[in-house]
Amino acid sequence: MDLRRTMLFIPGNNPAMLQNGGVFGADSVILDLEDAVAPNEKDAARQLIGNALRTCDYGMSEKVVRINPLDTYGVQDIKAIVPCGPAALLVPKVECPEDIKSAAECIAAVESAGSQVKIVALLETPKGIAEAYQIATADTRLVALALGAEDYTAALGAKRTKEGREIYAARMAVINAAAAAGIQSIDTPFTDANDEEGLLKDTAFAKEVGFKGKLSINPRQIDAIHSVFNPTDSDIAWAQKVLAAIRKAKAEGSGVASLNGKMVDLPVVNRAKTMLHLAYRLGMVEEVAEA
Amino acid sequence: MKNQLGREIPEAIAKNRLLYAGAFGTEPTMRRYAPQVKRILPGQSKLVDNIEDVFKKIPVKSGMTLSFHHHLRNGDGVLNMVLDTAARLGIKDLKIAASSIFPVHAPLIEHIKNGVVTELDTNYMSGVVAQAISHGILAKPVTMRTHGGRARAIECGQLKIDVAFVAAPAADDYGNINGTQGLAACGSLGYAIPDAEYAEHVVAITDHLEEYPLTPVSIEQTRVDYVVKVDSIGDPKGIVSGTTKITKDPVGLRIAENAAKTIEAAGLIRDGFSFQTGAGGASLAAAYFVRQMMEKKGVTGSFALGGITGYMVEMLESGLFKKLLDVQGFDLEAGRSIAKNPNHMEISANFYASAFNSGSAVNRLDAVILGATEIDTDFNVNVVTGSDGVIMGGSGGHSDAAAGAKVTIIVSNLLRGRLPIIVDHVLTATTPGETVDVVVTERGIAVNPLRPELKEQLLQAGLPVREIHELKELAEKMAGVPKQIETGDRVVAVVEYRDGTVIDTVRQVKD
Repeated sequence: MDLRRTMLFIPGNNPAMLQNGGVFGADSVILDLEDAVAPNEKDAARQLIGNALRTCDYGMSEKVVRINPLDTYGVQDIKAIVPCGPAALLVPKVECPEDIKSAAECIAAVESAGSQVKIVALLETPKGIAEAYQIATADTRLVALALGAEDYTAALGAKRTKEGREIYAARMAVINAAAAAGIQSIDTPFTDANDEEGLLKDTAFAKEVGFKGKLSINPRQIDAIHSVFNPTDSDIAWAQKVLAAIRKAKAEGSGVASLNGKMVDLPVVNRAKTMLHLAYRLGMVEEVAEA
Repeated sequence: MKNQLGREIPEAIAKNRLLYAGAFGTEPTMRRYAPQVKRILPGQSKLVDNIEDVFKKIPVKSGMTLSFHHHLRNGDGVLNMVLDTAARLGIKDLKIAASSIFPVHAPLIEHIKNGVVTELDTNYMSGVVAQAISHGILAKPVTMRTHGGRARAIECGQLKIDVAFVAAPAADDYGNINGTQGLAACGSLGYAIPDAEYAEHVVAITDHLEEYPLTPVSIEQTRVDYVVKVDSIGDPKGIVSGTTKITKDPVGLRIAENAAKTIEAAGLIRDGFSFQTGAGGASLAAAYFVRQMMEKKGVTGSFALGGITGYMVEMLESGLFKKLLDVQGFDLEAGRSIAKNPNHMEISANFYASAFNSGSAVNRLDAVILGATEIDTDFNVNVVTGSDGVIMGGSGGHSDAAAGAKVTIIVSNLLRGRLPIIVDHVLTATTPGETVDVVVTERGIAVNPLRPELKEQLLQAGLPVREIHELKELAEKMAGVPKQIETGDRVVAVVEYRDGTVIDTVRQVKD
């Protein structure tokens, strides 16, 4: 499972930021060709991003490029960017499965043999939210749905607030569609870079309701978001107890394991395993013992 | 001849001076310098109408050494005023010992061309004068010292001052001076104190005369011979140092955070912690992260040292440090605080950083965070010359604090613009590698091999430790190997280490 606790936007027309995008420890960097770049600068930004993909060291960060919508500059973006070896493209303003299918076809046409560029779909319109499940199952390249709440609330005519009641339904629609399709769901960014408390609260909520990660618009947000998505010591202890209970039941030849008097069923075991794998990936545990 | 760092020092320079022999390799052998003892009779006045009359009374003659402090920084009006007077009176061949030289001192160039000034002695220079020096305007090499080194040189009689012209934000008619009152209030006058103590003649130049006796007193009447009232000693706007705000640059913040984590990993965030950091954006950001750690752990530090900013004042006032030891204030908040808070103490350059006395404050530092224009794989640091070989700074307190502190941390971007900052050999060795413990960049932290236990602590804390060669290669992979800076043969500056030995020279740049 790929870790996408944080996906950090880096303006595609800023050489210094492109060069340094890898130093913040984000799970993914999103080199942005869309909103960060004015129409008359798209060409230059494609070149910059292409060179950045080929030469910059992004360390452990997954290299993602946000292209423009396919009905504007998206097709040109795919032609220029895919040969430079991004891990994934973030396709904005996705509204229907065909948007993903067309993107996948364009990618396939220019992709070198043996590579498989992934797609993350950014849902940021009411129609995109309404079609979330169809979109989530449109193509095997799709690995995550992400929510873009600013455009979405503007289209609704709702006021965007820090509390986020206006996007509750959209969040749940994205989470559920992604889960049903077996892919990840990524939450909308928290846009006030100076409000760390607000960021922590918003991220904690996102984790609670099922998001696997969060878009980020500022490198200063990365550590805070990770601190929320990372398992806590008590999470890890709980997961280890669950797996130990399973091992004990197996050793005793019993089909039913229990922990603190409660039956440990399959979803609980899976949650514990996922937790421990994450902890292992983050270097928080030495090894993951098999159940 | 080569010194202990392997720096080639031309014979002509080496023959009259000691060469660098290790950070603590040279011991003092001299007695303290003693200026002429004087007296003043009851009823005699120290007030003089203008600078020209002071010149005549002393009298200032060709060939003398005149000294100046830099507490008014780029707002200083006194150095220019005094040298204009010298030029007008036809005085030549002066040696100017200014603790720092700023862009505002551009008229120095004319005075050098006209032979009024033929020698410079300073700890830091930036702007047009530094550029002119690098291009060879002065026949004799400039002596560049550390802040502690200058105090030491004065006390040990190696820098003999004939007349100290002390820019005095406030003075009384009997020569008591402080830096906290008047229009040009700058806070501490720490760098002027050795000058006043050891110069043959001391002149207070002020635009703010207070009624006798002035209190508090930074420089006492017992050492001041004349007081001159002028219209203005400087522009208060130029006094505030350029960067006293925490950086918003995310890369700078990442570096600052890792610097703070290094201090934490070294086990220094504990009661009694002592700390120095600069006024630059990234240094201040490091203070911000250190502060958060102190607050989280409920730690009360002992003291913060050096150039003091409003941010350090806030830490004092919120109880995070018990004392501030202030040799120089960087902003108005620092000046306001030193005037009213007895725990915010003014200290002299000697108290701050001299290597040859019975104890300077840098020796009591736990951690210091410093910058660099270049660092080499032996951890030697350059803060004198820039990527074009031109002088753009100087040690100031850099080498002093690095020598004294338990943990010395250099913070720098691995790439500045397109230039790798870690090189095989720095162009100008300023602070020796044996006094530098850690280099923190945005792409990793390198620990001096002389400190294996510290490296172990950082690894334990999960910090991204890499070898310094690895960091160098990483930068070169991205930006290529920078071309060697080409310089001429002529020496335009001699860089003295804090103990007075020659650590390196600066060569003239090619036009």
